[in-house]
Amino acid sequence: MTTKFIKPAGPIARMHRPAWLIAATTTALAVMAGGPASAAEDATLSAGDTAWMLTSTALVLMMTIPGLALFYGGMVRRKNVLATVMQSFAAACLMTVLWMIAGYSLAFTDGGAANAFVGGLSKAFLAGITKGSLTGTIPESVFMTFQMTFAIITPALICGAFADRMKFSALLWFLAAWMLVVYAPITHWVWGGGFLADAGVLDFAGGTVVHINSGIAGVVAAMVIGKRHGYGTENMAPHNLVLSVIGAALLWVGWFGFNAGSAVAADGAAGMAMAVTQIAAAAAALAWMFAEWVVIKKPSVLGIISGAVAGLVAITPASGFVDPMGALLIGLIAGLVCFWAVAGLKKALGYDDALDAFGIHGIGGIVGAVLTGVFAVEAIGGTSGLIEGNAGQVMTQIGGIGATIAWSAVATFVILKVIDLTIGLRVAKDVEIEGLDINLHGETMHN
Amino acid sequence: MKMLIAVIKPHKLDDVQAALADIGISGMTVSEVKGHGRQKGHTEIYRGAEYQVSFLPKLKLEIVCPDAIAGTAVETIQSAARTDQIGDGKIFVTDITEAVRIRTGETGDAAL
Repeated sequence: MTTKFIKPAGPIARMHRPAWLIAATTTALAVMAGGPASAAEDATLSAGDTAWMLTSTALVLMMTIPGLALFYGGMVRRKNVLATVMQSFAAACLMTVLWMIAGYSLAFTDGGAANAFVGGLSKAFLAGITKGSLTGTIPESVFMTFQMTFAIITPALICGAFADRMKFSALLWFLAAWMLVVYAPITHWVWGGGFLADAGVLDFAGGTVVHINSGIAGVVAAMVIGKRHGYGTENMAPHNLVLSVIGAALLWVGWFGFNAGSAVAADGAAGMAMAVTQIAAAAAALAWMFAEWVVIKKPSVLGIISGAVAGLVAITPASGFVDPMGALLIGLIAGLVCFWAVAGLKKALGYDDALDAFGIHGIGGIVGAVLTGVFAVEAIGGTSGLIEGNAGQVMTQIGGIGATIAWSAVATFVILKVIDLTIGLRVAKDVEIEGLDINLHGETMHN
Repeated sequence: MKMLIAVIKPHKLDDVQAALADIGISGMTVSEVKGHGRQKGHTEIYRGAEYQVSFLPKLKLEIVCPDAIAGTAVETIQSAARTDQIGDGKIFVTDITEAVRIRTGETGDAAL
C-alpha cells in the first residue's frame, strides 16, 4: 500500500520503517521518521532538525570530496592518482546536475502505476520545490540536497573497482546512466515508497541502496572491463597511504552525517545512530587489524583503515535499529568477513576489483543488511530482529539484498556493454602502461 | 685523486658525514637511489596482495679526496656505515684525473 507513504501533492519523507509498522505504531514514531501522510500534513519546520540536516548534508558531501577521492587516490600508483581523484570530483559535479534534473524526482515522487519500482517526473528540474516546501520537519530543499550527496557518493564508490583502466568519457556516461537507471530506482524501492519499503526491508542509511548497490556494480564492472595490465605480476602497491588514511578519516567523520543524518531529525534516533556508527567502525578496524596480525604477521595501516570503512559500511543499514551491543558484534563480524573477502575471496575468484569496492562495500553491505535483521531491537527502531525472536526479519533482509543485487548486476552489465560497443570502455594498452594522468588529463604529479 | 662511490643505508648518512669530517673530508655529493645486491629487496603485503620490491632505497655518496687519505676514507666510511646486517651497501674506488674549483680556477688537490 504505497499510498501510506506518499502524499501525491506534497513532500515525501525518507522512510526507514516498513508499512506495517507505521500503520501499527503511534504518532511519536511517525514524527521521528518524517511520518506518514497524516502526520506530514501537520508538520511544521523544526529549527533543530533543519540545523542538523544542513550539517549532515555538508558532512556527506565531504565523504566524497575529498574523503573518497583521497582514500582511493592514495591507493593507486603515482601515474594514476590525478585520474582517480578526478573521478570522485567529476562524479560530485555530474550527479549534482543529474539529481536536480531527474534523479530526485525518480527516487522520491509517486510513480503512479509503476510506483513499486520507480518514481515519476513530477519534480523534474525540482519543479514545485519552494522556500516553504517541507519534508517532514525540514525544508524539502535540505532533504533534496541531503539525498543528492548520497547520489554522489554511491556512483563514486564504484570507481574503485575499475580504477587505473577506464576511459574518462566512458566513465562519465556510465556514472550518469547508472545513477538514473540503477541508483534512483533502488532508492525509490527502499526510501521512496517502492516495493522493498512495503516488504519491510530495514535499511536505515543505505546498506542496500548505497553499499550493496555500488559493490555489486563494482564487481560486475571489474569483470566486464577486465584485469589491469600486469595484474598479479607488476607491483601495484599504493603510492601514498597517508592520503588514504586522511581519506578514510574524512569518510569516518562524514559518516556521522550519513547515518545520524538519516534519522532526518535531531533526536534520540540520530544520537543512537551516531553512537553505534562509532562503535562499529572501531570494532571492525580492530578486528581487521588483529586478523591481519595473525594471518600476515603485521598489523598494517591499510588494514586498519580498510577495517574502519568496512565497519562503517556494515553499520549503515543497522544504525537506526540496533543497540551498542549489536553494533559491536556487527563491527567485529564485518571486519573479519571483509578482510577475508579482499585477501581470500578475491584471489580465489580472480576478478580485479582494484580498490575493493566489492570486497568492502558489497560484502560489508551484505553482512550489514543481514545482521540488521539479526540484531534489530524493538526498543531502538521499533522492529525486532532474530535475537528478539523475529527470524522472519532476516528473510526479509535477504529478499531486499537479492532484489538489489539482481537489478544492480543486470542493469550495470547492460550499461557497460552498450558503452563498450559504442565509445569503448577501456583505455589503450600503452595509455594504461604510461598512466592515465598524463594521457587522459594532460597533467602529472610532480615531486 | 680518488673518487669513492659509496652506496649506503639512508639512515647511516649522518654517521658517515660526521666520521668523514673528522678526517678532514668536508665535501660530498649525495643522491637518493634504488638498488639491490645480495639482499634482493623485500616483500610488501597490501590487503593480502604480495609485492616483491627488489629495489630498495639507498643513498649514493660521491667523494673525491687526495690519494694520500683515500685508504683511510674507505675505512672510515666502512666503519661508520656498518650495521652488520645484510644490505649495508658497497664502496667503489676509482681514479680521478682532474678537478677544478669553478669559482677560483684552482686545480688538483687544491680544488677539493
